[in-house]
Amino acid sequence: MTDLLITAIFHENLALTFFLGICTFLAVSERFETALGLGLAIIVVQTITVPVNNLIYNGFLLEGAWTWLGLPEVDLTFLKLVAFIGVIAAMVQILEMTLDRFMPVLYRALGIFLPLITVNCAVLGGSLFMVERQFDFADSVTYGFGSGVGWALAIVTFAAIRERLKYSDMPDGLRGLGSAFLVTGLMSLGFSAFTGVG
Amino acid sequence: MTSNLRHITDPLIQNNPITLQTLGICSALAVTTSLSTALVMSIALTVVLCLASALISLIRNHIPNVIRLIVQIIIIASLVIVIDEVLQAFAFEISRQLSIFVGLIVTNCLVLGRAEAFAMRNAVWPSMLDGLGNGIGYSLILIIVGSIRELLGAGSLLGYTVFISRADGGWFEPLGLMQLAPSAFFIIGLLIWAIRTHWTAQVAAPKFAIKTSRVPR
Repeated sequence: MTDLLITAIFHENLALTFFLGICTFLAVSERFETALGLGLAIIVVQTITVPVNNLIYNGFLLEGAWTWLGLPEVDLTFLKLVAFIGVIAAMVQILEMTLDRFMPVLYRALGIFLPLITVNCAVLGGSLFMVERQFDFADSVTYGFGSGVGWALAIVTFAAIRERLKYSDMPDGLRGLGSAFLVTGLMSLGFSAFTGVG
Repeated sequence: MTSNLRHITDPLIQNNPITLQTLGICSALAVTTSLSTALVMSIALTVVLCLASALISLIRNHIPNVIRLIVQIIIIASLVIVIDEVLQAFAFEISRQLSIFVGLIVTNCLVLGRAEAFAMRNAVWPSMLDGLGNGIGYSLILIIVGSIRELLGAGSLLGYTVFISRADGGWFEPLGLMQLAPSAFFIIGLLIWAIRTHWTAQVAAPKFAIKTSRVPR
């Protein structure tokens, strides 16, 4: 269990090893505070959606899931993309409403980034990895939490580096996106050094 | 007709989806360890993008504004499911290697971004061309990165040996780093540098200018 957690956080980091959610990663890392808020939101969404998708996949989509209705041959696995996206969108919506009602400060701080989580590939990617690696329920809770923490760790670190990068004097063509990619590459090298830990 | 042609040629380099618009990077990096996966991914994405743009543009006047994102995602997801099934049926090996990344076309910001930014406001034909152009622009970067990584990482292209490795009596020492994640970031970073050095209009404005007198040369 700890193995899976450490692996998900460090050397199989969703952002730096599988390039998931890199669009958001590059776009929302200009300021440290927003990066932190988005990171927290991702942890919450990921920890909820991966286990929920696990239940839905095993309970409704997998071949044989409808045996109790007398339909043992129904195989709905091809619907997993639509089902997962639906679950993620619904979860984000519920989270948005809950935060608005009970934690208005955090809700305002996250602002536009909450709905954008729906189309963050890290969230869908986490659920798809869950299917591909055939996690059971306990594993998927661990994996959801771990991969969320890993993504958050990566974006917070990156935002901190980028705040300093703004002041540096670099070649014109490299300013902005170019340097962001190079720094992400170096971070990715650093995170891959965790291979074998845990 | 020339204005329509512009929708295809613009996104190739001048307004490239990956290096300028920063859309669709997620999948672009992960599938480029070899040229063949990059090619298949490019084709899959271009087809999805083209069809999604055309379909969304076709029904753009009937989509209520509040639920447009859901409608767009459903259309894209359905197309991706079709592509995924086709790949599993006819190119199973490659589909295994692409693993979850075909499915991730659903959340590829490029597809949704073009639907939102272009197809929702334009007629069917220009939208389709815009989809095609952006798809080709995306493919271009993927193919360049894929070729570099496979050539330097394994000494081959599309599985055919180009450089004979030292283990087989040649001179080439495969660069293991090229097969790992960081190299994709480096290659795209350097590519952006090269493009922005040539087309200086794309250079990002400095946030904090350094106020020193120029050193005379």
